[in-house]
Amino acid sequence: MNPPYSRHPCVGGNRGTDERSARVFVRWALACAGMTMFVCAIAGSLPAIAQDNMPPAPYAYQQLADPRLEAKAEGLMETLRCLTCQGQSIADSDASMAGDMRSEIRQRIAAGESPEHIRRWLIGRYGEYISYKPQVTRTTWPLFVVPVLLVLAAVLIVGRRLRARG
Amino acid sequence: MKGVRWSLWVLIAFFALIGLFALQLSRPKDDTVQSTMIGKTVPQFALPAATGQNPGLSSTDLADGKPHLLNVFASWCVPCAAEAPQLAKLQRAGAPLVGVAVRDQADDLTAFFKQYGNPFTRVGEDKVSKLQFLIGSSGVPETYVIDGRGVIRHQHIGMVRPEDIPDLMARLKEAQG
Repeated sequence: MNPPYSRHPCVGGNRGTDERSARVFVRWALACAGMTMFVCAIAGSLPAIAQDNMPPAPYAYQQLADPRLEAKAEGLMETLRCLTCQGQSIADSDASMAGDMRSEIRQRIAAGESPEHIRRWLIGRYGEYISYKPQVTRTTWPLFVVPVLLVLAAVLIVGRRLRARG
Repeated sequence: MKGVRWSLWVLIAFFALIGLFALQLSRPKDDTVQSTMIGKTVPQFALPAATGQNPGLSSTDLADGKPHLLNVFASWCVPCAAEAPQLAKLQRAGAPLVGVAVRDQADDLTAFFKQYGNPFTRVGEDKVSKLQFLIGSSGVPETYVIDGRGVIRHQHIGMVRPEDIPDLMARLKEAQG
């Protein structure tokens, strides 16, 4: 599951200042293209993700009878990352592990657990990565601060230009 | 003059971006999700026997005073078959191995053990990935070092390669103290 480790030779080499010619750039590009093909070949030779042939967990594809509870469960499932297909939420994924997680969540919701409690439970096992819900933390705060700073800078620049004109 | 300065900045920003792309492309992709349960006790669980060959597995079996290697695997998983010789080696070296078969059936498992060997003292069946959620496991195969009190000391993600054996044995020994 972890891919064979390989280091790219394109970066970190000792390129001298006298080598800044077009030829070096062509060689660099060719090496990169070659390396890309090599990496693709390795990836292609890896076995495809195996699938079990077990029936899905009880509530993987079956909704809860109570529409209010089902809405709660779905709201949570849409904001949790599938561990197998990491670009998808577990609501969107057909991976069997995502199905198992949906079933687990529906059963917990039906038993009266709150969505945020389940989220914290999963974060306690897999880390913040499993949650798609944006949260301001020590590592994510620039994502929230930078746009505000950019807007302020834009207002400042436009304001100054308008004043200069007027 | 001002126009020149602007285009210079744009050029620098462009090459910085290209540099960033080159750097990120050169890094091997790591999409493994590490468990955040390391250093914590395995929560209570009890899994029934997966086949007739071994008894099932529960959290009390793990907290019996001596460390264990817990292997999360499945008969349908290709790397699990590939790591079988390494698990056999670990077993011969004296590592107490227990297994959890994920989303598996007794017939398939029996055939799997017949072909690749059965290095386990206990094998629990986990038909709905329940134990995986409990210990923060995100796929198969994974191998955990668990100490005699049932505390997770180490998680090895992916197949056990021949070069991983000394590390796992060392961690097992470390878990003894």
